[in-house]
Amino acid sequence: MTDEVVSQQSNDDLMALETGAPVLTPEQVSRPRRSRRGRRGLLVWIPVIPFFAYTAFFMAVPVVVLIVKTFQAPGGGFTLDQVKALFSGQYRAAFVASIQVSVTSALIGTVFGLFVAYAAVHGRGPRWIQPVLTTFCGVASNFAGIPLAFAFVATLGSTGVVTLLLDHAGLDIYAHGFTLYSLIGLSLVYVYFQLPLMILVIAPSLEGLRKEWREAAENLGATQRQYWWHIGLPVLLPSLAGALVLLFGNAFSAYATPYALTGGGISLVPILIGSVLSGNVVITNPRLGDSLAFGMIVIVGITVLLYSLLQRRSAKWLR
Amino acid sequence: MSTAAPGARAATTSASILDRRSGRGRGKRRASFWTWFWLVLAALYFLVPLFSTLLFSLDTGVHQHGLKWYGKTFSDPQFWQTLELSFKIALETVIIGLALMVPTVYWIHLRLPQLRPAMDIISILPFVVPPVALVVGLSGAFQVMPWLLSNWWLILPLVYVILALPFTYRSLDAGMRAIDVRTLTEAAQSCGAPAWKTLLFVILPNIRTAMLGGAFLTLAIVMGEYTISSLLLFNTFAVYVYYIGNTQAYQASALAIISFALTWGAMMALFVLSRGRGRAGGVGQGAPVGR
Repeated sequence: MTDEVVSQQSNDDLMALETGAPVLTPEQVSRPRRSRRGRRGLLVWIPVIPFFAYTAFFMAVPVVVLIVKTFQAPGGGFTLDQVKALFSGQYRAAFVASIQVSVTSALIGTVFGLFVAYAAVHGRGPRWIQPVLTTFCGVASNFAGIPLAFAFVATLGSTGVVTLLLDHAGLDIYAHGFTLYSLIGLSLVYVYFQLPLMILVIAPSLEGLRKEWREAAENLGATQRQYWWHIGLPVLLPSLAGALVLLFGNAFSAYATPYALTGGGISLVPILIGSVLSGNVVITNPRLGDSLAFGMIVIVGITVLLYSLLQRRSAKWLR
Repeated sequence: MSTAAPGARAATTSASILDRRSGRGRGKRRASFWTWFWLVLAALYFLVPLFSTLLFSLDTGVHQHGLKWYGKTFSDPQFWQTLELSFKIALETVIIGLALMVPTVYWIHLRLPQLRPAMDIISILPFVVPPVALVVGLSGAFQVMPWLLSNWWLILPLVYVILALPFTYRSLDAGMRAIDVRTLTEAAQSCGAPAWKTLLFVILPNIRTAMLGGAFLTLAIVMGEYTISSLLLFNTFAVYVYYIGNTQAYQASALAIISFALTWGAMMALFVLSRGRGRAGGVGQGAPVGR
């Protein structure tokens, strides 16, 4: 009986979420339940109060403070000056550079990761490939930040192992204008944590691509290209777009890796915020730290929103 | 057409079974080449930087190799101090996180399933607020609330609980979903156990794997976290690695290898645990936070 009531309720909530209606309406909260203990009404909410208070205090309060300070004039009134400042000069340049690195590394990660994941899932290779790859991706996606930067300095830095090897082979990449500290170099480093994330995110969707669909298409005389164009890609598209968006947000908020790689010398939004916080640079208005962070939250917020919308869409076909 | 369909389906199904049995020898050879091409390319991309770092860390002079940099690292008291600090912070994060999350997730599964969608949203929010932005907001909040000082030792674990929240929540949620929370609770209650005893002696042993899974993921994240700890001026392991990297490139490579081994250890423990007992949930879903 209780079970029935509860599942009915959670169904209602799911529907409410999908139609965009508020999840919890006041009468839902105080709606009398049939079970004996439910009559105590609001008491049932007490055990979850600590959790909500905690997340409010350590996540909501900082974000609210940050937003308030973004729109607050030095005198105390409301202002848009600090938001406008984001669209000019070095701040605009930092946003552009951040977006470039994030888009580049997200694109490389998505395409590369898709092929690798497909090879592992449907490639008819040995059976041990998939578990090994999954485990390794778990490790590699967590192997980020400072050590990752040093690993790439040892690999592709000016005296890195691969740089020297290529030099021996007659190709001096640094003479051709490559450096690890440019946007291209940085994107290449980011792919190290983008690729495993992509593989982990896309593998379940690829597993959902049924063999029967492919066989059916082949039986009807479809070529490989036709199969991908009319069946494979349309089915995968929401997951692919979702993964791309996730990877973008992932790269956009990276701080430790670019900081360690360039010693804080590259102008990306997180690095700029970091230097405002630690007072390393003279910035005309130190409050710009707040508006820069606000700009970041807006951009990452949009990407995460897009991701969850696309995720919901792709769940329809691939379960 | 429709009468032929079942037969055709059976034929294709058995063909696909044959395909799987005979491995990659049968059918399109091209698929097999591209499979290996991408897998080998990925392996190279993953392993070459690690191998280069290893070579760097063993380089002790012109054409000389040895464990000098490792020896130097292990004999540096700073190494052990920062490692200990990071480990301590990681343990505190795990304890605070589990103490906060386990009762909450339990109660939501038991009595407030209507809160699940809200929990799903809250558990993505830490991704929306980049760590560096969180620090900006926190330092702004500190000015508003001077009694919460930034040199308070507990601040780091308290903030890390937020960073680890998505992983802890997903892991616990999957763990509780796998057991019948309601029946177990009702059974315990009909034996006369109060709520806290039910949670401690009935539910906890059943979600042990999920808890450990969340704990190891948290451990891996906290041990490598640089952004927040450096901006709040804590001398954690990642900050030490950065400092060494600025002064000693070769020793930094040794430290990078050691960090990788630590991450590897935590993730292998997680993997072994999750294999031992069904799905721990969230395994391998470790989206990087340390970036």
